[in-house]
Amino acid sequence: MSEIHKTIEAVWKIESTRLIAGIARVTRDIGIAEELAQDALVAALEQWPEDGVPEKPAAWLMTAAKRRAIDSLRRGRMLELKHGEIARDLESQRQRLGEAMDQALDQVIDDDVLRLIFTACHPVLAMEGRVALTLRVACGLTTAEIARSFLVPEKTLGQRIFRAKKTLAEAHVPSETPRGDELRKRLESVLSVVYLIFNEGYTATSGEEWMRASLCDDALRLGRMLAELLPEESEVHGLLALMELQGSRTAARRGPSGEAVLLPEQDRGLWDHAQIERGMAALQRAQQLGGGAHSYALQAAIAACHARANTAAETDWERIVLLYDALLQTRPSPIVALNRAVAVGMAQGAAAGLRALDAIAAEPALANYHLLPSVRADLLRKLGRNGEAREELERALAMTENRREQDLLTARLNQTPLDERKT
Amino acid sequence: MRFMMLLIRKGHETEAGTAARKMEYNKSLQKAGVLLGLDELSPPSKGARVSYADGTANVTERLVDGTTETIAGYWIIQVRSREEAVEWARRAPMANNEIIDVRQMEEYPNTAAKG
Repeated sequence: MSEIHKTIEAVWKIESTRLIAGIARVTRDIGIAEELAQDALVAALEQWPEDGVPEKPAAWLMTAAKRRAIDSLRRGRMLELKHGEIARDLESQRQRLGEAMDQALDQVIDDDVLRLIFTACHPVLAMEGRVALTLRVACGLTTAEIARSFLVPEKTLGQRIFRAKKTLAEAHVPSETPRGDELRKRLESVLSVVYLIFNEGYTATSGEEWMRASLCDDALRLGRMLAELLPEESEVHGLLALMELQGSRTAARRGPSGEAVLLPEQDRGLWDHAQIERGMAALQRAQQLGGGAHSYALQAAIAACHARANTAAETDWERIVLLYDALLQTRPSPIVALNRAVAVGMAQGAAAGLRALDAIAAEPALANYHLLPSVRADLLRKLGRNGEAREELERALAMTENRREQDLLTARLNQTPLDERKT
Repeated sequence: MRFMMLLIRKGHETEAGTAARKMEYNKSLQKAGVLLGLDELSPPSKGARVSYADGTANVTERLVDGTTETIAGYWIIQVRSREEAVEWARRAPMANNEIIDVRQMEEYPNTAAKG
């Protein structure tokens, strides 16, 4: 890619969200807004290599989008204007559209951006549609970039975005920022989209997958945007704290050959301490706003316990058990119960951990979950019951297809003696 | 990837009226979700320069004559490309006696932020 194209791409990354948000204020349809913004991008790709990057690229793009919008009216495509008024003749339609675009051009307000994100994450859409559309309109990612990040063909991803836009248009989703109780409900959808994007990146397993891993940065960027747009919403800060604290361990999570390094074995010197500080600050903000008992804030508080410990041995497991208890109250889940059992094992000894684990072992949701036998093996090993531990490890191995997980389990199996002697 | 935008200023005079525009600029970085941190630095006279020769450290006062270029502050931003960092620097409201050096921050070799 040439220098100028890289620059245009960079301008797009910076300006596209506000550009689409501004146009959507006029068109009231983010599908059309996104297409007009794309048209403006095409115009930039044609002209900027000749004329250079304009002094005010955002204004240039908005003007180009306006021209395309008026052109599309001329070609007979109807745009429903604000207030739903359809002007009688084409000329006055064009004039009204031009005025409305000029207004949007003058000032894209935060509410426009917020509305854009809420619409892209609308519950009427399938989860994968929400994710793709959000990355497209709120992060400025291209279809190709999103496709590569999610390891799906570009064509599939293109169709996914097309369908999402169509669904939004057909459902006549009102373009407004929800308020009050409705805001809470809709915000939950937005935050789950952001966290899903983060986790897609966080679980990327190999060096070649850095494209996927950069999804973590995109999610963090979205989280920070939302924290600015909705500064009083504690859950936003809770999620941001959780992502910052988990993200701070990125450099320590992979060994030299890409193998997974679990938390107790991680070199804590590799943790990003500036990021930990940002996470702690966001967590404090969530707690100050009274959101300490919400699920993201609780998970962040657990991550904070790990972040505060200079060595694995210094971890405050008692506190972590209490936080898991609270988390089980707000969001009961077998996975959380499993993690709680691990914490109990660390805080009160392997026998107590095993009791906590056996209490949830019959949970159908965990029936094929390899971490159940894997955790059980760890606890049994600590109790010197090596024969049983080996059986559990074999079971865990049979349940996972993931190479990295298999390597980890095989290594542990090799470290577990055949006899019943205490290790 | 992370970049540091180093604010380099000749002398220590700041142009009147830039403070408000800088605040607005910082806000735009924050709203875009790219800002990780920033700081302004006091004049060099409030600090010192420590230089090293064959293992011996020498401390000297930094006297500023008004023509020296000194680091006056920095921003740390997280963006997807070098070009995006440069574009952000282009948008900064700077005075004639100010320069921004855009520098990529090193990541640990096994981290995800390569490329």
